[in-house]
Amino acid sequence: MENKVSVFRREHFNAAHRLFVAEWDDDKNQEVFGKCSNPNYHGHNYDLEVKITGIPDPKTGYVIDLKKLSNIIRSQVLEQFDHRNLNLDTPFFRELNPTAENIAVVIYGLLRKHISPALDLRVRLYETDRNFVEYPA
Amino acid sequence: MLFLTRAEHFNAAHKLFHPGWSQEKNEQVFGPCANENWHGHNYDLFVTVKGQADPETGMLIDAKKLSGIIRERVIEGLDHKNLNLDVPYLKDKLCSAENLTVAIWQQLEPHLPAGVQLHCIKLNETPRIHVEYFGS
Repeated sequence: MENKVSVFRREHFNAAHRLFVAEWDDDKNQEVFGKCSNPNYHGHNYDLEVKITGIPDPKTGYVIDLKKLSNIIRSQVLEQFDHRNLNLDTPFFRELNPTAENIAVVIYGLLRKHISPALDLRVRLYETDRNFVEYPA
Repeated sequence: MLFLTRAEHFNAAHKLFHPGWSQEKNEQVFGPCANENWHGHNYDLFVTVKGQADPETGMLIDAKKLSGIIRERVIEGLDHKNLNLDVPYLKDKLCSAENLTVAIWQQLEPHLPAGVQLHCIKLNETPRIHVEYFGS
């Protein structure tokens, strides 16, 4: 059995967003997305959990240096998302609806290129205490 | 004296921005909270009331009834809203957690039943930032 271990880093960001489809009228957006389609935006404290799985290095005992992982998350994700409006202030959601699902996929893409391919990456995003998503599923 | 607390929550966008200051000064004072396109929070609201327990029911107030009052008078106006743009009683106020607790107090106090007094409004803007207001 391989001695794979998963390590987790938790970060957070506070952001505004709005769920809507541009081609639909206000009534349809309201019907599908309810209060989440408020044209003036609403917001969340998002909690982000990044899971890295691999075999601990025989010398350091690390799967990954969690301080380095924190720095990667900070520079690639938090600096673009924290205290921002996801629809207006980031390039990723100009045409993509910033649902928790889509945000998790975007975050995965931003992190994947900075994590060794020898390590598995999984992202869990809490939009609220009760609603959270994970990617890859 | 008995104290009863009901917890509710709302998700809202806001920014901290003084209209009489330049963008530069706003950013200097409020940092990233001054982002002109807003940011947001999951707010946790704790409403504490005080009084005596009714001798027949054993309750200070039915917590479900208190929840109904908080939802009608506060949550419906704030949840999934933009605090700077969508809330009439915050229109000319800086939307800090401090000002929000005072405003929530003012919205709730007149609607509590006889014998039940508002004791504290506590607002968690994030898990690490809490504000409490005990009335003037």
